[in-house]
Parts: sequence; structure tokens; C-alpha cells
Amino acid sequence: MKCIVCMTHVPDTASIIKIGADGKHIDETGIKWIVSPYDEYALEEALKLADEGKADEVTVVTYGPQRAEAGLRECLARGAHKAVHIVGGEKTLGDSLAIAKVLAAALKDREYDVILVGVKGVGTDNSQVGQMLAELLDLPHVSNVVKIDWNDGAVAVEREVEGGHEVVESPLPAVLTAQKGLNEPRYAALKGIMAAKRKPVEKIELSALGLDEDTLAGADATYNVRSLELPPEKAAGTIIQGEDDPQAAAAELVKLLHEEAKAF
Amino acid sequence: MVQLHDLDLYHIDALLTDEERMIRDTVRQWAADRVLPHIEEWAWNEHFPIELVPEMAKLGLLGANYPDYDLPGLGGVGYGLINQELERADSGLRSFVSVQSALVMYPILQWGSKEQKDRWIPRLGHGEAIGCFGLTEPDFGSNPGAMRTTAVQDGQEWVLNGEKAWITNGSIADIAVVWARTPGGVRGFLVERGTPGFTAVDHHGKYSLRASVTSQLVFEDCRIPADAILPGTTGLKNPLMCLTQARYGIAWGALGSAMATFSAARDYAVSRIQFGGRPIAAHQLQQEKLVWMYSEIVKGQLLVLQLGRMKDAGTMTHQAVSLAKRNNVWVARECAKLAREIHGAAGIVNEYPIMRHLMNIETVYTYEGTHDIHTLILGQYLTGIPAFDPPHPAE
Ligand SMILES: Cc1cc2nc3c(=O)[nH]c(=O)nc-3n(C[C@H](O)[C@H](O)[C@H](O)COP(=O)(O)OP(=O)(O)OC[C@H]3O[C@@H](n4cnc5c(N)ncnc54)[C@H](O)[C@@H]3O)c2cc1C
Repeated sequence: MKCIVCMTHVPDTASIIKIGADGKHIDETGIKWIVSPYDEYALEEALKLADEGKADEVTVVTYGPQRAEAGLRECLARGAHKAVHIVGGEKTLGDSLAIAKVLAAALKDREYDVILVGVKGVGTDNSQVGQMLAELLDLPHVSNVVKIDWNDGAVAVEREVEGGHEVVESPLPAVLTAQKGLNEPRYAALKGIMAAKRKPVEKIELSALGLDEDTLAGADATYNVRSLELPPEKAAGTIIQGEDDPQAAAAELVKLLHEEAKAF
Repeated sequence: MVQLHDLDLYHIDALLTDEERMIRDTVRQWAADRVLPHIEEWAWNEHFPIELVPEMAKLGLLGANYPDYDLPGLGGVGYGLINQELERADSGLRSFVSVQSALVMYPILQWGSKEQKDRWIPRLGHGEAIGCFGLTEPDFGSNPGAMRTTAVQDGQEWVLNGEKAWITNGSIADIAVVWARTPGGVRGFLVERGTPGFTAVDHHGKYSLRASVTSQLVFEDCRIPADAILPGTTGLKNPLMCLTQARYGIAWGALGSAMATFSAARDYAVSRIQFGGRPIAAHQLQQEKLVWMYSEIVKGQLLVLQLGRMKDAGTMTHQAVSLAKRNNVWVARECAKLAREIHGAAGIVNEYPIMRHLMNIETVYTYEGTHDIHTLILGQYLTGIPAFDPPHPAE
């Protein structure tokens, strides 16, 4: 089998986010970039297949700026065989359809049995790229996947739905979007890190795909950031001491919930 | 929690290659996931997490800087960063890796026979065997050249007699690299666990390096085969060369300890409120402590980075290593003390990592050449006069 894993390079979830001067982007100075955690689940699933001898090729694909190559190298360090870097994406950040169009253009003539994608990119959290990519490539897709049974030319997949799991069968090739719980991503071994720099990263310019970022982000844009704001600072909480007189504390809590928080 | 990389005033990150950053971040993440949640309990219970050895091996942490036998072959800086990240978690864990890599695999690779290498390097690298390094004796620490342990040849065997003290991994080791005096000078020997006449007894009651095993090794007419000698060893310079390798890693490791106590102190100082509803960090006295720690850590990082580049270029001298070990362990020790002060009473309990690091660093200050001994090494470098053994009064 040949697996494609789509990866997006996102700010570390522990980063302190600041809004940039234009009020529409985050300030990237000092941000540490990581492989989006959901894409790590997608990659791990492909690497497990390779470990079991079921996959002979795992290719990681990203559409992102130059720095995203570090994310690709990280995936190569964990065991992916090769990487494809479509360079760009600053202007289309957050536009799921634009991203899906770029990925579809890059993938449409490649050979693969499955495309694994994180359920969402941490930060923009849109949960749309996988499904849109499937539509553009005219492939079946299953989202929110937490378990995959690989059969010959088909998969039986468990997906998370409200209150339970749904089991879906799909022929391959298909697009599967990986949800937390699918697996436990591995650490890159030091040998893998050293080997990663010798693995191939294919660079593709958007023009080579017949696309142009200004058009994607301009005339064809389906997504437009008007302004970005940080959530309001949380007010300091109130602690009601209840050790000496729990009943009085409970009464005080009810009173505050009613009168101050107006919860009921 | 504040991360030092958010406070990278000197853009030290930019001095690292992509691989080096990836190595650092991988080991840091592993330690954060697998070590930090349990380390206080392990240290409290005097437990070395031997159960993590297979994971460490899988990551490639054992013998990471050697290219032979399919080992990762990291450069000096990458290897240093492993030590830094392990010691950020705990000096005991870093000690385990230092001993296995620099004090056991290194001498076997340098001076071992092909059979010895084939037998031990893969097992040590895969974590299937643990090693220890026996140089120090109860009566000879800073002056190992006066060791009493002897090895004499008797037919097809060597017979070992003597005692080694303070040996990291001693009682859990499958293979001990033992240094002993022979008629032809100090030589290295490989002694396997369970060899009759060889016993290992743990030192108990340690306040320092509690998550690491430290043992005494006793040899009583311990007979080992003739080919148990490391054939390439010729004298005391061999164990001292091992120490140079280990000290190099310790100079990096100590910074990890300093980073841990600094980060904890900085977080505590901005969140602990005293006097007028303001954090203690609002007071100049506390800021001065944080600034001292931070400045010394930055300086220490630049020191070991340059040392690492020299190591790769083959220009690193043992005196240069002494300077970095001496400086960075001292910095870590001072940072631990300052962090303890900043934490007030909270600094003495194991809810915070401070006291553990503070106690651990006392060992690091003493082993692998005490701070004083490195001062004398550098003093000799500067003046040409060795002051280890000054002229005795007229005898
Ligand atoms: C937890 C732990 C783990 C260890 N692991 C190992 C190991 O794996 N293998 C191993 O071989 N050893 C190991 N050691 C031993 C360590 O290397 C020695 O403790 C160290 O070399 C110091 O020796 P000593 O304790 O005998 O102190 P001493 O040499 O007796 O020194 C005592 C004091 O005198 C000072 N001093 C000594 N000589 C001079 C001098 N000439 N001039 C001025 N001052 C001097 C020292 O600086 C020190 O302050 C370990 C020690 C500890 C605590």
C-alpha cells in the first residue's frame, strides 16, 4: 500500500499567542512550530502499516511556508519515506477550500491507496480540509476516525459520533480524518532524526500546479479574516471557604450564583 | 509554565541545526511525558526507573554519539542536548545514560577487542545490558592513581582483588568496566555480573541522586578469563579519557538542572503574592536572583556550544572540558540554591522540583572530578605548576 499523510505546521499548543500589528494575523515572532497533533495520529497510523509490512511507502505532504519543512523533517524522522512541500499558504491560512484545492492539485496524479489527514489543524480548528479534499478528488471519506481495520482494498472504520461510535466500511482509496484516540504517536528515534536529512523533500511551486495564491486568496477566496482578537482576560475567581461551615458555604454559593452570576 | 525558548534573548536556538533542535525537543518531550510525572515519587522511594531503559534504548539515547554498530552517530552538540534534557528531568537519569555511553561503551569501543565489541556494544545500545564503571575506591577518590585494586595473571585467568566505591549502576550492571593495577600498570577489565568472587552492595541513605543506583563493588579472588582485559588499555590515562567524555556530557547536563530550577523559580516568583497584592517578582531582590540565574545559564549555553563544535572538530582538550564542567555545575548549584530561596517554604517540599535538583547537584559537583580538582587542572594549565600533590614538608 501507498499512504499519503497531509500535515500542517502549527504554533505549539503551549505558545503564548499575540495578535500581529495588522489585527488579522497572529504575531509569529518567538512562536515555536510543531506538527499539528491530529496529523501526528494520521502519520502514526501510516507508520504502523509500514511497520507491519502492509505499507511500502508513506509520503507526507504539506502546503505551507518555508519553515514548514521542519515539520516534514519531523515526520521523516519518525519514519515517513518521503515528503512533498507545496510552498506557500501565508495568504490562504484558514481557508479550508483553498488548502484543499492546492492539496488536490498536488495529489490528483499520484498513486496512493489511502490519504490520512488530521481531523483538524490546531489553531484554525476548521475540521474541513479532509472532507473537501475527498470531494475534489472524488473519493469516499470517513471523518473523526478512532479505529481502522485494514482489509484488502477496503477499510472498516470506527468514527466518533455524538454519544458513541459508528462503524463504517469504505472501499479504498479513501480519505480518513484522524481523531484523538486513534493511536499513541511515537517519538522520533535519534537514528531517525539523523536519517531524515538524507530523505527526499520534493518542492513544488503553486504555479507548477496551475494555481496562484493571490487568486486563491482574492477572487476565489471563500474565507476572509476581518479581525482577530484575544479572548477577554478571565476575572479572578471567588473562593468560598467551606471547611468550617459547609452549609453556610453552600448557601453563600447559591446566593452568588443567583445574584451575581445570574445563573438562575 | 515559562519555557526558556520563550526567553531566548541570545537566539541560541538559531545556533543549533534542525536536527539538533529536533533531538532536544524529542528528548524533552519524552522526559516530560515519561519521567516528570513520576520522578518525585521515584526519588522519594529510592527507585531507579529501570523499566524505562528499553524506551531510552528505543529512542537511541544509549551510546547516541557513536556511529558504529548501527548507533545514531550524533555530533557533540546533539549528544550534549540529550544530557541537558535528561538532567532537566533528573540528574539520576542523566547519570545512567552518561555511565552507559561515556564510561562503558566508550572504553569498549576504544580499547576493546572485536569479540568484546561484538558481544557488548549491541546489547548495551539496545538496553539489553547495563554497564557500570569502577574507578573510585573507598580510600581513593580524587587520586585514583593510588588505587589498591589489583589484577594478577594466573595461567589462563586474571585474579582481581580490591574494592570500588560509589559506583553508579553497580548492582544492576550486567557488565562492569573495572580499573585495576597490574604489574604492567593500570588496565581495564570487563567483569560480568555473577562472576564468583564479585559482589555489589548498594550505598543506602543517600540524600542525593536518589533515583540512581550507587553501589560498592567487592572483588575477592575474583577469577576472570584472560580475554576479559581491555587489550588496548595501557595506564591511568585510559580511565581519565573516559572521564573527559563523561564530563563533557555533564557540562551540558548541569545546564538542564539549572534550567529546571530557574524556570520553576521564575514561575513561582511571578505568581506568589506577598505585600500589597504584588508578586514577589515585583521586588528588586528577587529580580536580581532571576537575572543572575538567567545570565549564567545563557553564558553556560554558549560555553558548551563552542565546546561541542570543538569536540566535532577534534580540537577539544581535557582542560577545556574541565572549565565547562566546573563552571556549569557551579552555576547549576547556585541556581538550585537561589530557586530554593525564592520558593520560601515551598522550596523544601517535593511538590516542587527544587530540593531534588539541589540535592542531586551536590553529587554532580563532586563526581567526575570535584570542583576543586578542576580548579587545579585549570591552575596547572595556566601556570604550568601542578598543585594536586604539593611538596611535602621535610620528611
Ligand atoms: C552518587 C555518586 C555516584 C558516583 N559514581 C561513580 C562511578 O560510577 N564510578 C566511579 O568510579 N566513581 C563514582 N563516584 C565517585 C566520585 O567520582 C568521587 O566521589 C570523586 O572522585 C571524589 O572522591 P572522594 O569522594 O573520595 O573525595 P576526596 O577525593 O576524598 O575529596 C574530598 C574533598 O577534598 C578535596 N580534595 C581532594 N584532593 C584535593 C587536592 N589535591 N587539592 C585540594 N583539594 C582536594 C576534594 O575537592 C573534596 O572537596 C560517584 C560518587 C557519587 C557521590
